[in-house]
Amino acid sequence: MSASAVFILDVKGKPLISRNYKGDVAMSEIEHFMPLLMQREEEGALAPLLSHGQVHFLWIKHSNLYLVATTLKNANASLVYSFLYKTVEVFSEYFKELEEESIRDNFVIVYELLDELMDFGFPQTTDSKILQEYITQQGNKLETGKSRVPPTVTNAVSWRSEGIKYKKNEVFIDVIESVNLLVNANGSVLLSEIVGTIKLKVFLSGMPELRLGLNDRVLFELTGLSGSKNKSVELEDVKFHQCVRLSRFDNDRTISFIPPDGDFELMSYRLSTQVKPLIWIESVIEKFSHSRVEIMVKAKGQFKKQSVANGVEISVPVPSDADSPRFKTSVGSAKYVPEKNVVIWSIKSFPGGKEYLMRAHFGLPSVEKEEVEGRPPIGVKFEIPYFTVSGIQVRYMKIIEKSGYQALPWVRYITQSGDYQLRTS
Amino acid sequence: MTVGKDVSALFPDVVNCMQTDNLELKKLVYLYLMNYAKSQPDMAIMAVNTFVKDCEDPNPLIRALAVRTMGCIRVDKITEYLCEPLRKCLKDEDPYVRKTAAVCVAKLHDINAQLVEDQGFLDTLKDLISDSNPMVVANAVAALSEIAESHPSSNLLDLNPQSINKLLTALNECTEWGQIFILDCLANYTPKDDREAQSICERVTPRLSHANSAVVLSAVKVLMKFMEMLSKDLDYYGTLLKKLAPPLVTLLSAEPELQYVALRNINLIVQKRPEILKHEMKVFFVKYNDPIYVKLEKLDIMIRLASQANIAQVLAELKEYATEVDVDFVRKAVRAIGRCAIKVEQSAERCVSTLLDLIQTKVNYVVQEAIVVIKDIFRKYPNKYESVIATLCENLDSLDEPEARAAMIWIVGEYAERIDNADELLESFLEGFHDESTQVQLQLLTAIVKLFLKKPTETQELVQQVLSLATQDSDNPDLRDRGYIYWRLLSTDPVAAKEVVLAEKPLISEETDLIEPTLLDELICYIGTLASVYHKPPSAFVEGGRGVVHKSLPPRTASSESTESPETAPAGAPSGEQPDVIPTQGDLLGDLLNLDLGPPVSGPPLATTSVQMGAVDLLGGGLDSLIGGPNFVAPPAAAVPANLGASMGSGLSDLFDLTSGVGTLSGSYVVPKAVWLPAMKAKGLEISGTFTRQVGSISMDLQLTNKALQVMTDFAIQFNRNSFGLAPAAPLQVHAPLSPNQTVEISLPLNTVGSVMKMEPLNNLQVAVKNNIDVFYFSTLYPLHILFVEDGKMEAVSSRLQGSNIFTVAKRNVEAQDMLYQSLKLTNGIWVLAELRIQPGNPSFTVRLPAPALPALGCLLPCAGQPLLPSLLPRAGVSLMGALAQLGWGPSEPDVNEHQNSEPSFQLSPIRLPR
Repeated sequence: MSASAVFILDVKGKPLISRNYKGDVAMSEIEHFMPLLMQREEEGALAPLLSHGQVHFLWIKHSNLYLVATTLKNANASLVYSFLYKTVEVFSEYFKELEEESIRDNFVIVYELLDELMDFGFPQTTDSKILQEYITQQGNKLETGKSRVPPTVTNAVSWRSEGIKYKKNEVFIDVIESVNLLVNANGSVLLSEIVGTIKLKVFLSGMPELRLGLNDRVLFELTGLSGSKNKSVELEDVKFHQCVRLSRFDNDRTISFIPPDGDFELMSYRLSTQVKPLIWIESVIEKFSHSRVEIMVKAKGQFKKQSVANGVEISVPVPSDADSPRFKTSVGSAKYVPEKNVVIWSIKSFPGGKEYLMRAHFGLPSVEKEEVEGRPPIGVKFEIPYFTVSGIQVRYMKIIEKSGYQALPWVRYITQSGDYQLRTS
Repeated sequence: MTVGKDVSALFPDVVNCMQTDNLELKKLVYLYLMNYAKSQPDMAIMAVNTFVKDCEDPNPLIRALAVRTMGCIRVDKITEYLCEPLRKCLKDEDPYVRKTAAVCVAKLHDINAQLVEDQGFLDTLKDLISDSNPMVVANAVAALSEIAESHPSSNLLDLNPQSINKLLTALNECTEWGQIFILDCLANYTPKDDREAQSICERVTPRLSHANSAVVLSAVKVLMKFMEMLSKDLDYYGTLLKKLAPPLVTLLSAEPELQYVALRNINLIVQKRPEILKHEMKVFFVKYNDPIYVKLEKLDIMIRLASQANIAQVLAELKEYATEVDVDFVRKAVRAIGRCAIKVEQSAERCVSTLLDLIQTKVNYVVQEAIVVIKDIFRKYPNKYESVIATLCENLDSLDEPEARAAMIWIVGEYAERIDNADELLESFLEGFHDESTQVQLQLLTAIVKLFLKKPTETQELVQQVLSLATQDSDNPDLRDRGYIYWRLLSTDPVAAKEVVLAEKPLISEETDLIEPTLLDELICYIGTLASVYHKPPSAFVEGGRGVVHKSLPPRTASSESTESPETAPAGAPSGEQPDVIPTQGDLLGDLLNLDLGPPVSGPPLATTSVQMGAVDLLGGGLDSLIGGPNFVAPPAAAVPANLGASMGSGLSDLFDLTSGVGTLSGSYVVPKAVWLPAMKAKGLEISGTFTRQVGSISMDLQLTNKALQVMTDFAIQFNRNSFGLAPAAPLQVHAPLSPNQTVEISLPLNTVGSVMKMEPLNNLQVAVKNNIDVFYFSTLYPLHILFVEDGKMEAVSSRLQGSNIFTVAKRNVEAQDMLYQSLKLTNGIWVLAELRIQPGNPSFTVRLPAPALPALGCLLPCAGQPLLPSLLPRAGVSLMGALAQLGWGPSEPDVNEHQNSEPSFQLSPIRLPR
């Protein structure tokens, strides 16, 4: 059904640590993994699923580590990949950074975690906050009453422990929308979508029951609120953290939940409504073979004048053999990053409606390279605070706890760039 | 952790540390035991006491740890001691211990299944499904599914509406992983009717909003499967379709590996229900930083979704991709343009001009790929785009890949009359004839013969030259045989030669790389798993008999009786309208071409099989004497698994697709109905019928027509004793009297518990039918495969034959011959083993039944031990081959995208003629 064993390999494919869950795959099989990976990479047929004889390897790469699960059976592949990513998440929470060094420094705890994360190939408790309650960094003396299984592990509410206390009860709500954009070389928009997430930072005592109200169009239609006064947003595909009662949402679009403590992502949604690209780029990249490249980039802020985009970074591809850069910008600064073969033009604050220009000039060697280069797109990074593209709003956040305390919800809106690509010709 | 050093010598010392109260140390000792107990089984016993003690520790964490570790120590002696602690832990008050113990049952079952059954753990596990704690329920479900998977017959997961209800309730409360276990388990359930299916779907749909992609995919699996049971007219069906699209699209924003799994599955979903994602083309556009495996999958899905409405956009994208730098990706993009042209007729012209633009780039591999696809476009739209030939010819010299060369030669030969210097062009290729690959040689031979027939005066010399090169100087039997056939044709009857060689070619069909429907249905049941990623049934890559239960979609129950999947409905004409077994040539050709489109239900597949047999008959040489000898109808052994390897070629596999592609969802092959009792012999009652095997039961499908002037009533049926004890399992039910000119269709279930008498031929069945008028007798031959039972499998290699319950035991390559060992089992428990020998280059297959292994069969079969000829329909084949030859077309190339590969290796018949 699922993984037989899980390995963590270093970048050369040497096992750092492994855990055999089922014992049906010989642990030596992992030796075939790296050669296989290299061979497939050479053939240009690399895939996240490799097989050697009867053994199937499902792998992901994280910083300088490979996480590999093996199986003999028709395992649930999506479950295995989800699990591997979850494992990375848990380890990262424990060790801050998950890399070779942190594994080597924490063998014991990695073993303990691997033992708790999965049993006989079935993922078990993967919530790092709960795990931290009974698998701690320091060695644990076994005294009576200590190091018990927190009841949370098997509770229906397996993500929040009881008895949490705060002096000041607060919830911070971050509504973050990322804009994904794909524009082809002629300047027509191929794909424009908004991926929104609502992140919560919860400092609440006890077992509070929360209800979040959004200006969700479907909800408005259900409740007859869809008057002209209320602006509503149609969310295309909503995904929730496991704490949200899905069947309740399915019935009456109510988002009700008992939150985990601290930071978590409550929900994500997607909208594919066409919006005007927030930052529009026009570029002319003229390449004069054997002598020079001339680049002209025009950036335009196509959002409200009151708003300001912060930390704008426009990266423009240049040939890998370019040299002697020269820039001229109307605002901000430009920097050549040869290891990535791009020019990065950064503008600290970019008000809506403004238009800026950058020119760059590079020399090219007189002897041209043999191989053809790809044409990477222009990428844009930005962040616009106090503003959502979709117009989504938090209408209310109701917090009910049996002790009856008053809690304050704080809301913040941010729009930022997601996968924002403009192809060049 | 031990840096690869063996530290088993420390065993006693480590075990001494076991009774510590430091939890961390205890865990490490346990870990040590797990790793080394196997190498020191005797010493491991020393640890048992501590385990037993720990299982009673007041701290549930320790109890769980002990029971978890004990299950991982795969030493027989220890397992005996595990039973008591396990029993206690299964009833522990702490859910954490119970959930761990539930998994431990699965572990123990893996080590010693008998012990688990004897100790009654399975029942305890089943009880845990009703546990109050959702996590325990989830683990119990997971453990039971795991056990059931390795023991398909155990019927452990006896799912009924009550237990399903419990699972659905637990679904709302358990962790994300638990939800996956439960959803995967639900997917194995077959609701009793569409109403139940709908209510389960309604309770599963909220899972589509889960943040974990694996939960979403498992939910999609359940929905896709149960949807099969819902009527398309239902409002709910439409709602469900709409609900499925957004989560599938969102999966594309997951991590690349999960995206890859999602895309492979979307590929299946798009084939099964194209309507779900038809408006979502844009999300599959390739991004610059997508990993290559994601790019290629996206490309494939783009083509599947291409339609007239969005073709302009698709083409613009494909053209963009074709100018990228990654060679594999570029090639696939160019090929995709060709596929679009063939799929969307209105776009053909645009595609051709896009391809021409690409040829102008002069990038070598782009040009070659473009020429290959242009040839396909010519075949699909003959006499339409010949104006581009001149441009193609300009690039003649740059072609260095065999596939591209062969394509170009084909084009020159096909349009020889319009190319002034065709003879020069072909002659230039002829210079290095022996250095060319077989593919090119064959193509060149054919092209020159075509040229000769078109311009006989100028090219006599050329044709002489190529014929002698092919026949005298070549070692390749394929080439030689083709050469000889042309030679003789040309020398005996040039007019006939012209008719044969220059015959009008059948058009190639559009979507040809679709997964064959039965396999597709099976794969839909495996959404999210490795099978869905490989696009292969689990039996193809999971070793042994474990975990290879075949899954199939549930048949639609309430609204319609047809079990055909909706896509295949137009292709499959209702059976019974085709009275003859052998269809007209036109039909045959048409259907051969459409093989990939859908499973033809009536005549043609059978006939195709007979083409196969015909080839064997004609060319089997030494086997000829055997024709007509044995009366025993051998299993259609010629239908070898299609994925035999490259040497078999895809044309062949397409023929074989039939065996599994036809008929019902359960995959068994159904012979079209034939008239068994003509009306004149039975006072106006006409009976036609056929036999089917579906999900383990045999039935006789009858069609009774009243051609008399009076009403018929009181029908009854009886069988004479027969070789396999076939008997009606229920009385013949004709509910209303049959009025004149009325027809009823009846499916009569059969069993094999009747009395046995050997018949001549073996599969002869004598039937008596009674009505109010008289009693009528007739006899019929039933196809043997209806007797093949599902558990006749010895090992899994091919799903194709499995559709007809013929299973491959082993495949070996001995002295360049492919040896296939097939097994099948008859209803009376007789195993039949057959050896199938396939020689590359030799068109005849040899089937042998090894007699010594089968004493039981020996007495039943008159000719056991001798080579048997697979002769379901031997005689029909001969005439068909003739027919095919006249049409100038061999049974090949139903496939646009693959036919290039099939070209050199497809060796079904040496009289296979040029296209």
